[in-house]
Amino acid sequence: MEIWNPHFECMDRKGISRVQSERLRETVERVYFNVPYYRNKMQEAGLGPESIQTIDDIVKLPFTTKQDLRDNYPFGLFAVPMSEIVRVHASSGTTGKPTVVGYTRNDISTWSEVMARTLTSAGANKNDFIQVAYGYGLFTGGLGLHYGGEKIGASVIPISGGNTVRQIQLMHDFGSTVLACTPSYALFLSEAIQESGIKREDLKLRVGVFGAEPWTENMRREIEDKLRIKAIDIYGLSEVIGPGVASECMIQEGLHINEDHFFPEIIDPKTLKVLPSGSTGELVFTTITKVGLPLIRYRTRDLTRLTYDTCKCGRTMVRMDKCLGRSDDMLIIRGINLFPSQVESVLLEMNEIKPHYLLIVDRVNNLDTLELKVEVDEAFFQDKISQLESLRQKLQNNLESSLGLGIKVTLVEPKIIERSEGKSQRVIDKRKY
Amino acid sequence: MIIHQLSVFLENKSGRLTEVLEVLGEENIRITALSVADTTEFGILRLIVSDPERARELLKLQNFTVNLTDVISVMAPSEAKHYAKILKILSDIDISVEYTYAFSVGDKSIIILRCSDTENAIKALKSHEMELLKASDLYKI
Repeated sequence: MEIWNPHFECMDRKGISRVQSERLRETVERVYFNVPYYRNKMQEAGLGPESIQTIDDIVKLPFTTKQDLRDNYPFGLFAVPMSEIVRVHASSGTTGKPTVVGYTRNDISTWSEVMARTLTSAGANKNDFIQVAYGYGLFTGGLGLHYGGEKIGASVIPISGGNTVRQIQLMHDFGSTVLACTPSYALFLSEAIQESGIKREDLKLRVGVFGAEPWTENMRREIEDKLRIKAIDIYGLSEVIGPGVASECMIQEGLHINEDHFFPEIIDPKTLKVLPSGSTGELVFTTITKVGLPLIRYRTRDLTRLTYDTCKCGRTMVRMDKCLGRSDDMLIIRGINLFPSQVESVLLEMNEIKPHYLLIVDRVNNLDTLELKVEVDEAFFQDKISQLESLRQKLQNNLESSLGLGIKVTLVEPKIIERSEGKSQRVIDKRKY
Repeated sequence: MIIHQLSVFLENKSGRLTEVLEVLGEENIRITALSVADTTEFGILRLIVSDPERARELLKLQNFTVNLTDVISVMAPSEAKHYAKILKILSDIDISVEYTYAFSVGDKSIIILRCSDTENAIKALKSHEMELLKASDLYKI
């Protein structure tokens, strides 16, 4: 089993701590002097750059949330002049404004490095054909895998998401050995391959690197059985860098976090206190090498657990469990993040509709489906089918363009959807991972 | 000459129509005509009833989305040519019929029409000596 960067990936715990301490000091100094937002927050807490000497001092620093990124939209938390930024990516936000992330040339190189580690730990090398079926564009999935694939010298097929017929054709004709996409799309593809009549023996597929949405061990077994490949779990989020934050090795006992770049902590999401090693809680990251958009103690809202002992593969990098859930109401639909409040803000812009709604998430033929049930306002109801149909279509179009997701809108009778003063049930997730 | 038709928004699921009729039945409201327009997911129930205002209040209390819609009603012999003539009168002056339904009583048909321009439709039909029904006539049938 190859290791891309054994110097860091197999460093002893003491060495890792030393590297982390040094890199944290540099990062804190950089954000203190270059990002007014961080300087103010540190000053409020009575901290200066000198307050942070070792990695253990990190607990003194304030947290950063998605809301902070939103409040500083689009570039307010960037730590370099825009002339140093060579790339921006964005993910959907809760109020129509996306979360924007920026990379310097050096950041892109860091990203390629951690993706090279990811692909190598999945057993890929320069002899492989990597079919990147993650979306290319503002979403970090496609380009993240792409740069990592090129870095290890593999042949990258930048096919992007969708167009299943072509995916299968190129997989067959080019002899793809590695598939990168969401696990639900992998399952969908496996069935489409069966139906296409192409024999499994005629495909060279060997391994899949799957992420961008939660999946269970059961789903992994199903993918491995149906596609007859090894299915490797990868983890990342655009705010931290994109894919490449953590990934499984061939042992498949947890995801190695590239902790020489992204320092993880586990906190109690209510008290915000750091939990003892081995506890399950919310994962928090501090980027300790990123230059364009460094983040200090960024709350991911993902729930997981960390394990610090050395893996059978030889890597010492701390491992995280598969994510167990979220500490907020974010949904992940076909790899895209969705907050129910995004739906609400679209509804509030339309007078014809009452903002009483129910979102139903399901999985049909291995693909996530999204349905919105919404009440028609009586003042608008005019007894014409065509009028109701065009209202439904308008709402569906507004939602699709604002969420970037296909959605089925159903008009329902009033008072069907439960009202309550507090948190009412707005989402039903029928998916079984 | 304007008739207030009751329009009710219904989801396409079993039992909803029954509920509407039960609500009206308990208060002894009479139904002269009924028609349903539907899509795969929802439908609109259209009713000519003896007391539309009260029927609306009763249904609203039961959380139905209800509206009153202006329609007109014409009585004509049952032969198809008479129905055709009525529609022709309207189309000749560019009034579109959004929907129509009819039922027969003896050898006459009673035709309900929802038009893009109710006032002018009434004028035109009258000038062609069509027999327009008043709400009070209709509720007695």
